Amino acid sequence: MTSPREPGFDTLSLHAGQQPDPVTGARATPIFQTVAYVFRDSDHAASLFNMERAGHVYSRISNPTNAVLEERIAALEGGVGAIATASGQAALHLAISTLAGAGSHVVASRAIYGGSHNLLHYTLRRFGIDTTFVDPRDLEAWRAAIRPNTKMLFGETLGNPGLDVLNVRAVADIAHEHGLPLLVDSTFTTPYLLRPFDHGADLICHSATKFLGGHGVAIGGLLVDSGAFDWEASGRFPELTEPYAGFHGMDFQEESTVAAFLLRARREGLRDFGACMAPMTAFQLLQGVETLSLRMERHIANARAIVKFLAEHAAVESVSYPELPSHPDHALAKEILPRGCGAVFTFEIRGGRAAGRKFIESLRLLSHLANVGDAKSLVIHPASTTHFRLDDEALQAAGIGAGTIRLSIGLEDVADLIDDLAQALRVSQKA
Amino acid sequence: MQYQIDGKTAWVYTGGKPFDASSPTIVFIHGAEHDHSVWALQSRYLAHHSRAVLAVDLPGHGRSAGPALESIERLADWIAALLQAAGVQKATLVGHSMGSLIALECASRYPELIAKLVLVGTAFPMKVSDDLLSATRDDEATAQTMVNLWSHSSLAHYPGSPGPGFWVQGVNRRLMQRQKPGVMHVDFRACNAYTNGLVACAGIQCPVLLVLGKRDVMTPPRFAKEIIKVLADKRVVEIEGAGHAIMAEKPDELLDAIRSF
Repeated sequence: MTSPREPGFDTLSLHAGQQPDPVTGARATPIFQTVAYVFRDSDHAASLFNMERAGHVYSRISNPTNAVLEERIAALEGGVGAIATASGQAALHLAISTLAGAGSHVVASRAIYGGSHNLLHYTLRRFGIDTTFVDPRDLEAWRAAIRPNTKMLFGETLGNPGLDVLNVRAVADIAHEHGLPLLVDSTFTTPYLLRPFDHGADLICHSATKFLGGHGVAIGGLLVDSGAFDWEASGRFPELTEPYAGFHGMDFQEESTVAAFLLRARREGLRDFGACMAPMTAFQLLQGVETLSLRMERHIANARAIVKFLAEHAAVESVSYPELPSHPDHALAKEILPRGCGAVFTFEIRGGRAAGRKFIESLRLLSHLANVGDAKSLVIHPASTTHFRLDDEALQAAGIGAGTIRLSIGLEDVADLIDDLAQALRVSQKA
Repeated sequence: MQYQIDGKTAWVYTGGKPFDASSPTIVFIHGAEHDHSVWALQSRYLAHHSRAVLAVDLPGHGRSAGPALESIERLADWIAALLQAAGVQKATLVGHSMGSLIALECASRYPELIAKLVLVGTAFPMKVSDDLLSATRDDEATAQTMVNLWSHSSLAHYPGSPGPGFWVQGVNRRLMQRQKPGVMHVDFRACNAYTNGLVACAGIQCPVLLVLGKRDVMTPPRFAKEIIKVLADKRVVEIEGAGHAIMAEKPDELLDAIRSF
């Protein structure tokens, strides 16, 4: 018997969710820069509104170009579907607000993006959603933080800034023991490096602005559902298992065994909060997704060469990258990230804050800015930029050294990147 | 809602409306390794258009208590028992794949209960290849991959069920994975073992609609030719661009075919 084989990753990157346009024959995904869609008659209108027929009504809720991106990402992640959002932050907010409300609780890794930390620690608290932050490597801390009102566990596949590798399987097991879903932010890894659903995660959010797009021209987010979590068996989610007056009394879990979460997220959170993606953005992100594996291969190859260069450089105190034996998650990374640990990492420059500033200002090819995951290489020195108000002690508490430099390695010729880094390191060490 | 059949819980989706047995009743019967949610759109629409809907989870599937029943004949009896439990005098049965055989056999055994039949993605005999049948027994993951590959005609749907943004293949795979271990083999063995199709068709007097996917490789339209020949009152609709998973790939076209029947 020949083994059945589903389409591979690269084929899905190019074809999932789209075929030549049936009307025009256009091969590329058309940009449906369109707001509303004509009803065939009153009955058709009513049936679309009541989810009796599948189709588009209004582009805040769904759009044909966005749908291609959503279906493609769901295919790449091995999920049942996805929702495209205005940004990665909007995707995270949509995930949380679909399941949690005033009086709810979230357990989150403390090694997460600053914007996500703000959302959980400050903003959502204002709306009555409390968060306990835990060391992502401390499995007992995850377990101990769960309360009767907890709605989810949340972490990043590669944490910020130390690239803590999330033990997705172990944290998912803890979540499931308590009838809870695990949401992971997979922005740094993309489905090319890690498919969190294969390791037990239930929901994935992405800042598609980063590697998925890869070009640094569009802000967008994606929320993906595995469809594997049993909301009814959990008993903790009346939002999905009891009639919802806000949408025709629908009991989403009864309506669909595997699509309940996304149905509610689209028909409530996307509809009411309105953080939808622009169709032009979906088109731009699709251009990136088409070449995701090719770009990620180059990102990883370049990152590895630069990690090696820096690790051997006299002006560098240390490099934090999970492929290095010195990284605390080296063994876990080998197990769950065999293709590579991404292209964003940090190193410590000798000479602290002053050397860091000099280094940054001497770079010519790498761009000094606040972003990651671009085709172009990027760099930031937190102590002199994003965290300049903190003294050395406060920086350390945030897991950042005075000489910590964060790099996001792009797709340039690696020799040119190394030349630029070498000359800037030389300048940084001059008195 | 729930009924008790042979002392076991039978769960049915009623289309988002309370079930009213005094309205014309339509029963949706899913196929192997599936549950009621494959009919989400069609069943919800008809429930909101003057029909009383019972979209079942067959025994051992979805929320209905097990075990899965071993033969098409026993499943046909179970549908008749469900109609009795629900107080339904006469119903239209809509079945997909294995569900179409159940509907057919039920109409043959209990003609007084059946108003019309809709057979979706049907064939007789519904022979299952040795490779697939043994995979359902020994390696469900591989069997699910086979079925998922063969059930869909395209990597893109405009849109599929349950709506835009859903990856139809992903929905189908996960739904199969959500069924209990062992159910898949029981279902496929029942399809493979069913021999009464031609006799049943020859005896059926009620109107029968066959909805077939032109690109179906699980139950290609040519495999329905024999039963079409012997059915007395039949109508055949072949849907362009549909594979075996017609409810998911062409939800509107299927609904319109059922509505106009």
